[in-house]
Amino acid sequence: MTVKVQREDFDVGAELAAMTRGKTAIGGVTLFVGLVRDMAGGSSVSAMTLEHYPGMTEKQLEAIEAEARARWPLDDALIIHRYGRLEPGDQIVLVATASAHRGAAFDSCHFLIDWLKTKAPFWKLEATPEGERWVEAKDSDDDAAARWAKES
Amino acid sequence: MKVLYFAWLRSKIGVATETFDPPAEVTDVGTLVEWLKTRSPKHADALANSKVVKVAVNQEHVAYDHPVSAGDEVALFPPVTGG
Repeated sequence: MTVKVQREDFDVGAELAAMTRGKTAIGGVTLFVGLVRDMAGGSSVSAMTLEHYPGMTEKQLEAIEAEARARWPLDDALIIHRYGRLEPGDQIVLVATASAHRGAAFDSCHFLIDWLKTKAPFWKLEATPEGERWVEAKDSDDDAAARWAKES
Repeated sequence: MKVLYFAWLRSKIGVATETFDPPAEVTDVGTLVEWLKTRSPKHADALANSKVVKVAVNQEHVAYDHPVSAGDEVALFPPVTGG
């Protein structure tokens, strides 16, 4: 179970290989890769700068990973989130979950990216032809995360 | 107490971190934010709409009724937009 917050890019294939090497109990891995889009809110985006809260970011990502492990039978989980200046097409985030069966892998991966979007302290600053602007949070992200709230 | 500002809160207030001894009336996040607004017109402007000012105390998300004390690390930031 790993959380990495880094400026550098990551190699999805290498991460997948490292996650599964020698672990033959794993029956399936779900990977989500988030990328920088070149359009947002009708404006073209030439670059994006991700700011974060060092310390709290790692703490929050580790907490949501622990929550996923408590909810699903996972053999492994990995979250890599980048910060700093990125350009359209660049990778921002990788979430990978491994389990004996696909159901747990798919569901836990979806849960992790939905929860990460509402809990991990990252903020995006977009560069557009009209100038720089901070990305606003979407209600749809809160709704997506609320789907995973425990019924109790 | 150490207070950190992120994203547009930091750019509006003009500093990333402040360290101070809060007055006695500051007992929770709500009273801290009200007191911070009195520190400068920039603070008042940045903190005007509490709906878009989220808070973490000691790196955990909390609500405005969460208690704060002198040794805490308090972060104020807009709703997060990672992923």
